[in-house]
Amino acid sequence: MTESRVDVVVIGAGHNALACAAYLAKTGRRVQVLEARSRPGGAAATRAFADGFRVSSGAHLLTQLNPGVARELALDNHGLVPAAADLSTIALAPDDQPVVISGASVRGVSAADQAAYRRFHDQNKRFAKVLDGFFNRPLPSLVQRNWRDNLSLLQLGWSLKRLGKDDMQDLLRVGLINIYDVANEHFDSALLKAAVSMDGVLGAHMGPRSPNTVYGYLYRHMGDYYGMQGPTVVRGGMGAVGQAFAHAAEAAGAVLRCDAPVAEVLLENCRAVGVRLASGEVIRAGVVVSGADPKTTFNKLVGYRHLDAGFARRIENFRARGVSAKLHLALDGLPVFTGLREDQAGQRLLIAPSMDAIELAFNHAKYGEFSPQPVMEISIPTLHDDSLAPEGKHVLSAIVQFAPYQLRQGWAAGKEAFLEQVMAQLERYAPGIGEQVLAAELLTPEDLEAEFGMHGGHWHHGEIALDQALMMRPVPGAQQYATPVPGLYLCSAGSHPGGGVMGVAGRNAARVVMREEKSA
Amino acid sequence: MKKYDAIVIGAGHNGLCNAAYLAKAGLDVLVLERNPYIGGATVSRELHEGWLYSNCSYVCSLLRPEITRDLELPRHGLQVIPFEGGVTFTRDGDYFGNFGDSERQYREMARHSVRDANAYKRFSADVMRQTRLIRKYLMTTPPDPTSMKPRDINGLLELAASFTDMGEQGLLDTLRFWTMSIGDFLDEYFETDVIKAHLSGSGIIGTALGVYSPGTAYVLLHHYMGDVDGSIGAWGFARGGMGAVADALASSFKSFGGEIRCDAEVHRIIVRDGRAAGVALADGTELLADTVVSNLDPKRTFLECFDESDLPASVVHRAKNFKIRGSSGKLNIALDGLPTFSALPPGSPLMQSDMHCIDSLERLERAYDDWKAGRWSADPYIDMLIPTQVDPTMAAPGKHMMTVFVQYCPPTLADGPWTPEKRDAFGQVVIDQIAEHSPDFKDLILDVEIRTPNEIDNEVGLTEGNIFQGELTFDQLLFNRPFPGFAQYRGPVAGMYMCGSATHPGGGVMAAPGANAAREILKDLKRPSVVPEGFLDD
Repeated sequence: MTESRVDVVVIGAGHNALACAAYLAKTGRRVQVLEARSRPGGAAATRAFADGFRVSSGAHLLTQLNPGVARELALDNHGLVPAAADLSTIALAPDDQPVVISGASVRGVSAADQAAYRRFHDQNKRFAKVLDGFFNRPLPSLVQRNWRDNLSLLQLGWSLKRLGKDDMQDLLRVGLINIYDVANEHFDSALLKAAVSMDGVLGAHMGPRSPNTVYGYLYRHMGDYYGMQGPTVVRGGMGAVGQAFAHAAEAAGAVLRCDAPVAEVLLENCRAVGVRLASGEVIRAGVVVSGADPKTTFNKLVGYRHLDAGFARRIENFRARGVSAKLHLALDGLPVFTGLREDQAGQRLLIAPSMDAIELAFNHAKYGEFSPQPVMEISIPTLHDDSLAPEGKHVLSAIVQFAPYQLRQGWAAGKEAFLEQVMAQLERYAPGIGEQVLAAELLTPEDLEAEFGMHGGHWHHGEIALDQALMMRPVPGAQQYATPVPGLYLCSAGSHPGGGVMGVAGRNAARVVMREEKSA
Repeated sequence: MKKYDAIVIGAGHNGLCNAAYLAKAGLDVLVLERNPYIGGATVSRELHEGWLYSNCSYVCSLLRPEITRDLELPRHGLQVIPFEGGVTFTRDGDYFGNFGDSERQYREMARHSVRDANAYKRFSADVMRQTRLIRKYLMTTPPDPTSMKPRDINGLLELAASFTDMGEQGLLDTLRFWTMSIGDFLDEYFETDVIKAHLSGSGIIGTALGVYSPGTAYVLLHHYMGDVDGSIGAWGFARGGMGAVADALASSFKSFGGEIRCDAEVHRIIVRDGRAAGVALADGTELLADTVVSNLDPKRTFLECFDESDLPASVVHRAKNFKIRGSSGKLNIALDGLPTFSALPPGSPLMQSDMHCIDSLERLERAYDDWKAGRWSADPYIDMLIPTQVDPTMAAPGKHMMTVFVQYCPPTLADGPWTPEKRDAFGQVVIDQIAEHSPDFKDLILDVEIRTPNEIDNEVGLTEGNIFQGELTFDQLLFNRPFPGFAQYRGPVAGMYMCGSATHPGGGVMAAPGANAAREILKDLKRPSVVPEGFLDD
């Protein structure tokens, strides 16, 4: 059986894995990226879902891509071109005027709410600046500290102090609580509150009343600090982002191989020494970096039998219960949403009437049922990018919640019923949209797991709750990209800071690999 | 006109403890109580002839042993009787019993799941590690992380040190524990529904959170960090009901020359030239003092007892946003005899402790969903005890008193205000749930007192009927309790202090807030401290 040798093997070609590969290849290391599927990009993907219609089949908006990573990897030269930037967020009302959020300003609410939102937005921007400091580095060890850890701690501590007394007090207060209370403290408009709390619960097994959702909100709004006034629609769909990362990695010298699923991580004397492909081919390497989620990495690729029982238990307990489904509609024409001007249809649209409605929708997910009245984030990319659908036709892409990975009745039985509920909900906001549908595709968490290999179909490889965030992510013992298995590293959404197309986890992981392999 | 050194508003256990220490330090102290009786939520009342009800708080464990010893509460009549047992009944007629003897406990768990029985040791050890960490800080004033005062910086460094002593993993586990939900925490150890349900109760009692709401693992800690005679985590009955605690504190206070006045509702805290000067009673009487201490919760203290003009706007804002969230009610029941439970042999020792009827986390979470929607739980969580099995002083021989803590029950209902009819309907739900497991229960009932958050609010003066004077969530703990910048017992007005459960370390009959507040007051008065500090018995 063939056997080859490189310096670094990267498992998976998701955007974080590719970022990690790019940064490592830049240092002259021979880096081999192995992707199980036939195209790179992982959940940053574009594919056809109906004849002539293409869609971002995973993530569909760019909200928090780290500008440092984008610049260092020159993603724009590698094909990342915005079709539309700084989208407004529009909270739809079935029988009323929508609420429109653009950057720091809101329309469709009282003057008091407008002022309150500006204050809220500005303060969160200051918080995001602090978080950025936490996100852009492997977090320091707190006990076995070396000079680098101490320096980091001082810098982070200082960034907190620099907020000033009031902001620091607020951050320490809201950091752990729920978006429901915070929104109620600031705003009156039910739609505005709902729009704000949606950003706290998107992709999370949480309702607005779940503590930690403020952290989720801040996380999603990192883009505000990066100077974005709102999400970006990428030309060619999110697949173009995945491609850009891939080209960047190859430009840096990494070798990318698709259709090369990894079967296992090879261990010798408890050290990772390479991987064996499903084909049986062996690729040996001094360093193995896994872009797969923690459960897949340690359970499937390494095998619990090679791990300390306590650590294996931690991985088992890592919560990765996907609750988001993805809806793709091929439409005969542009749907008409009540109260929405045609020129607004291309913005980021929210269907979430109130915080309680979101909470109610979430209740069902707790018991393994899908929401009878789901909430959703909608994007119609074809208004900005005609390459995705035939002339005059449109594509609607929506993240739909809540759809628990483990549906009690099973998705085989439940999928049709859920799609009906989703369409019924859409009809309430866009009467007649049903007749415009040429083709519909609903990806449940089960489908997403199958398509992207994310355990539990979870967008972030695991819940971004505070007990699984920062230096606790994914679990104590693997929290700084290095794992209990010497030579094996994690580099993707399952690691700090977490999911979303940011590229930061990959870059941090590369830093740790360089650091450790130097000292080793 | 007579001027006191200090006036304490409210004769709850914290107010009395605070007053006792101030008096012990030689101050001339007056305690004012709105009700005709003292104790606040720490009372025994004869609401049915021949029966004493602990009709608010009902069991004792958190009361700090330093204080018990220091104020000689046993000499003043306090006797805490530890109890063992506890049981959760399942719908299928089985039960999960809690035994003091670890071997017996293992066998009982193994009867449901050997895996769980083996995990229990790990669970207990992990919880105990957290308990020991927090116990250190109960009798201390939390440091202010935003302050540059040496005292606060040292405090923070000590805090950091005690964390780093746990090692990297220990520290991260601690951070996880403090931020996760009791449901997720238990799921990491156990597989059996009834065992998880039994253990999860302590994670939600008194809070308006569900078993799967992050932060509830800490609430569990709040119920494990007490002890009876040094046995950590143990609970006991105060002989004669919880009123015995208040009576002992009052007696100790009086032995230092203190004065208590009942039926004396404080209308307003008088502020002169920017500092507290005394209080005005509802009947118009003005009482003067250099120091005014409030045992009331922040909403009552700052939104009702102050002229808004006397306070910084930020404090009023904080007080309005302070989360109190009543979530529980209570039934106090006079029984003609000891009820039998179909799952247990008559007179089973398991009945001598807390009994529950909810056998899964899902049922608990659904009970919480009702509260979120502004309804009382159709299938509530109950914490039911019959203290008269071990305490002969609360009812005639052969007769029994049953206390039933009920969750969830909202302070305001979605369908309009509380009415006597709704209150009775709420009570009936609880009685029916108990009767499911005890065939003779209904026939034994002689009298029932039903308390919704509404009654607790109006009678005891706990806003929204929250037993902790405010949620035990992280935005309201340690240096954030009650609000950031005011966690060191000093109010926004010079000479004004807070000593209730809304201050660190929070609710439960602990008396630590009262003692800690007294320490700070004496410090400001440049008096030698007579209050025990830090931790004495671990």
